[in-house]
Amino acid sequence: MSRYFTQEHEWIDVDGEIATVGITDFAQGQLGDIVFVELPEKGRKVAKGDDVAVVESVKAASDVYAPVSGEVVEANGALEGDPALVNGDAEGEGWFFRLRLADAAELEGLMDRAAYDAFVAGL
Amino acid sequence: MRYLPLTDADRQAMLDRIGVATIDDLFSDVPAAARLDGPIEGLPGHAGELAVERHMAALARRNMAAGDGPFFLGAGAYRHHVPASVDHLIQRGEFLTAYTPYQPEIAQGTLQILFEFQTQVARLLGCDVANASMYDGSTACWEAIGMARRITRRGKALLSSGLHPHYVSVARTMATFTGDELVHRAPSLDVAGDGEDLIAALDADTSCVVVQYPDILGRINDLSVLAEKAHEIGALLIAVVTEPVALGACRAPGEMGADIVVGEGQSLGVGLQFGGPYLGLFATRQKYLRQMPGRLCGETVDAEGKRGFVLTLSTREQHIRREKATSNICTNSGLCALAFSIHLTLLGEKGLRDLALLNHARAAQVAERLAALPGIRLLNHSFFNEFTIVLEKDARQVVRDLADRGVLAGVSLGRLYPDEANIARGLVVAVTETVTDEDIDALVSGLKEVLA
Repeated sequence: MSRYFTQEHEWIDVDGEIATVGITDFAQGQLGDIVFVELPEKGRKVAKGDDVAVVESVKAASDVYAPVSGEVVEANGALEGDPALVNGDAEGEGWFFRLRLADAAELEGLMDRAAYDAFVAGL
Repeated sequence: MRYLPLTDADRQAMLDRIGVATIDDLFSDVPAAARLDGPIEGLPGHAGELAVERHMAALARRNMAAGDGPFFLGAGAYRHHVPASVDHLIQRGEFLTAYTPYQPEIAQGTLQILFEFQTQVARLLGCDVANASMYDGSTACWEAIGMARRITRRGKALLSSGLHPHYVSVARTMATFTGDELVHRAPSLDVAGDGEDLIAALDADTSCVVVQYPDILGRINDLSVLAEKAHEIGALLIAVVTEPVALGACRAPGEMGADIVVGEGQSLGVGLQFGGPYLGLFATRQKYLRQMPGRLCGETVDAEGKRGFVLTLSTREQHIRREKATSNICTNSGLCALAFSIHLTLLGEKGLRDLALLNHARAAQVAERLAALPGIRLLNHSFFNEFTIVLEKDARQVVRDLADRGVLAGVSLGRLYPDEANIARGLVVAVTETVTDEDIDALVSGLKEVLA
């Protein structure tokens, strides 16, 4: 399983044709206490770059974009009752949604861990 | 700052700068047919202040105001007695503002009253949460339809034939821009209403069913079954209350399963005015809070642990979420909400109940007297302070004839539904605590004469 990152501070785990998407630990730290996450409905088809979810903290409300195209197969229902999961474990339990990849080639433009860390260090 | 009128040269310089030849060019978007091509015919150019005042006063005397005689008009706007103490209290400096707070936390009095207002509205409508108010009942109704679309992600709203036609018309205007499909027909003069038809029309595309309670003809129906059927298919039930005093006597829609309850708050504290400004009430279930439009005031503690009030959940609102906000309305009817809250506070729970019982008793008294007259049939089996009678002739003309006798007898269905000839004999009669025995006698004898 490989993990990718975007410049919008999302992480993507790819397992076969299923991609799990969340926001990075750096992103949750910038947002502060997260109070609400609005998740996409199952079955929704999204194109790369579409806004798919909303994450709301005490400081701001931000859109979360689809890092790749695909169909939403699952959303993390645990976030509805406990949005602070994103603060506690952004890159694990705090995942947002899962997509069935439409085009695996879209992954090629994304960053790996080292590239993302360098990107964040340069901000 | 001194006021110095512009010179022609100033105007010309500004026109040159923005690249148009004349001021009229700035109005080129207004269709030619709607533009005036000269002075208004028959309107004198000018007159002295005293002469204008005399002229206007003479015109105003030709009006028949609500307090001038027997008054039985309702259909969405109700004449109630608003105690003078309301007007006095709303002018206190801690409260008085016409508008929503923009630097909110500095105005703790305003926020506290909004917090209390929300609590009152939520309890009255039988819901978990209420917002700090909207423009009026019709805009609140439309906002509820939009909210149901966001929650269900469906775009077809079933509007009951008992929903006020003006509310339907506001929804139609707004739906032009959102693409929502609105299913609606005019009411028929039957006693039951269209609950069964609405249930039959529910399908997988239905976002919501919108019913009025009591409805435009004054009928009161249990909403529980409709709520249950709507929920079975994943749609929401929206209830619209145009006469909140009714909830002093009738079961709240939220308790019968309505997901969103909206209403017109004018009856309490606000008065008829000239048709506005009025007060939109909006309440819903806790679980739909994030999709609720409008401002919301919350209780908190300050750095020293003292109770305080804030505007909260503002991320739903336009100034933060821009085009993705739950609504393009991020204001509230501050002054009307204040008056509503103070009037309701002065009444108290028992006072509201007494007021409601008084309204109903008066209305029942009038209904009984009218039903005994030849040529009049009482439509309703149930009503609060408003009911519909069916005459043997066009009700619009009857209302006109009674107005000429100094009695405002009610709102004719011909006026509300000018295209529906088959219900033109219906007359909606509202009776509040302001109606006296003399008023009732005047209505009864007037109708006798006109219908003879």
